[in-house]
Amino acid sequence: MSSSELQNLYQQVILDYSKNPYGVGLLGRAAGQSHQLNPTCGDEITLEVHLSGEGADRVVERIRWEGHGCAISQASASLLTELAEGLTVEDLRTRIDAFRTAMQSRGKIAPDEELLGDAVALGGVSRYVARVKCAMLGWVAAEHALVEAETR
Amino acid sequence: MTGTSETTHAPTAAEINLWREDFPLLATEVNGHPLAYLDSGATSQKPRTVLDAERHYYENLNAAVHRGAHTLAAEATVLFEDARATVADFVGAEEDELVWTSNATEALNLVAYAFSNASAGRGGAAAERFRLGAGDEIVVTEMEHHANLIPWQELAFRTGATLRYIPVGDDGALRMEAADEVITPRTRLLAFTHVSNVLGLINPVEELVARARAVGAFVVLDACQSVPHLPVDLKALDVDFAAFSGHKMLGPTGIGALYGRGELLAAMPPFLTGGSMITTVTMEAAEYLPPPQRFEAGTQKVSQAIALAAAVEYLKGIGMDRIAAHEDELGARLLAGLAEIPGVTVLGGSAPGPRVGAASFDLAGVHAHDVGQFLDDQGIAIRVGHHCAQPLHRRLGITASTRASTYLYNTTEEVDRFLEGVAATANFFGVKA
Repeated sequence: MSSSELQNLYQQVILDYSKNPYGVGLLGRAAGQSHQLNPTCGDEITLEVHLSGEGADRVVERIRWEGHGCAISQASASLLTELAEGLTVEDLRTRIDAFRTAMQSRGKIAPDEELLGDAVALGGVSRYVARVKCAMLGWVAAEHALVEAETR
Repeated sequence: MTGTSETTHAPTAAEINLWREDFPLLATEVNGHPLAYLDSGATSQKPRTVLDAERHYYENLNAAVHRGAHTLAAEATVLFEDARATVADFVGAEEDELVWTSNATEALNLVAYAFSNASAGRGGAAAERFRLGAGDEIVVTEMEHHANLIPWQELAFRTGATLRYIPVGDDGALRMEAADEVITPRTRLLAFTHVSNVLGLINPVEELVARARAVGAFVVLDACQSVPHLPVDLKALDVDFAAFSGHKMLGPTGIGALYGRGELLAAMPPFLTGGSMITTVTMEAAEYLPPPQRFEAGTQKVSQAIALAAAVEYLKGIGMDRIAAHEDELGARLLAGLAEIPGVTVLGGSAPGPRVGAASFDLAGVHAHDVGQFLDDQGIAIRVGHHCAQPLHRRLGITASTRASTYLYNTTEEVDRFLEGVAATANFFGVKA
């Protein structure tokens, strides 16, 4: 019933994660936390980054989040959570930037699998301008949470 | 049940197809499918006569209105004022009771700020009746569009008045039994929507106006979703103010209107101030023109007003009673069809009518954005989100919904395509009843 573009947008991994999201449930006492809202649809996320180590060697132990939204946003936050575990803070920043670049490319830049792992499944989103915000919601929250962790 | 007479016959499929030919955009293909435009609650498509009216104005008559003595300026002014008369007559108002605004939001803000300015002492003794302060109450409803909620919140903050609201029941309808507790002698102003932009329900205007009158409160009607779809006579409805927008009734964007009862507009201080709304200006103060010019500061929306009048002529040519009868059929088909799809809950679906051709729904476990994406893939344009009515969605326990809304140019086939699309979406996401 649906076009190949649509099936490319809603890949199985996205549908799976939207039904069984990963990393849900806030733990508190995080190094940084951020709440992000998409005012056009009312979707929101609260995301924590838990870090270990010091200075330039700080490593993301885990990300935890809570929120509600569409399949794209829920899957995207799950994929981010999975990707981030064990990365240095700098490394995660690099990957958030890479993800944003791909998302804002209007389908011109395919996400880099070496940097983004399974999150490349979200590559199809960039062709749908109205949905880029959905995919970015969790990643923007992580970016802000890292800034908060740094300034605390 | 839209309040149309029993004798009104709905248009035939052949007639609707003829009307559709007047709307160039309806012939568009989207994602390889013929466009099924079911988002007229957000904005309507425009017939060629409206597009031509705006183009004709710019090609032949463009000039500043109400200033300058040259021929074009005079002709433009005549057309601009004729447009006002056409639109005013369409809603049962006198010419000088219709103020042009940029949109309905500005119209509602105009009333709120006029009350605010009166409360600050502007407008002199004549405007005392609009003064609000501590102990006064403004009443709205829980189903308002943000445009008919936030201006009143802000007015309450500025004046010290209290904002109260008539609650919505689980079925989405206004709890009229609660209205008696909310509307009291302290109520100074009652603002409510004629038709809910989410639920499509037509509110009992007569009953609400009677309650406001009983306590001496002003009545402000948000007529954005009624004027485009139903025969509306604002005088007969006996409201004090009403707002509606041009782009939802086949007109262009950038124009809306405020209706105000003549004697009230005459007593009200202005909202926006500047050129074109004054009589005498000194370095210290200014005196103002009578309405409607008092409320029309600055360069006016001339081409838009003329095009909106063309839209009104188009609507009158078909007949609002026939449009209402047609949308009544489409709305009933929408509701009946949605009720058959597993996992679908229509917001306000169990409330008794009457309603217009609009339905918002929740699909269990599937976000509205995802529903909208699937329908768009098939060329079906609908609205997703909170439809600028967050409190209503919160009251009904959801964040966002999917809305299909009809107009005169929609066909039963389009409604059926939409229903099949929703069923297919439910199937794709594995929705269970």
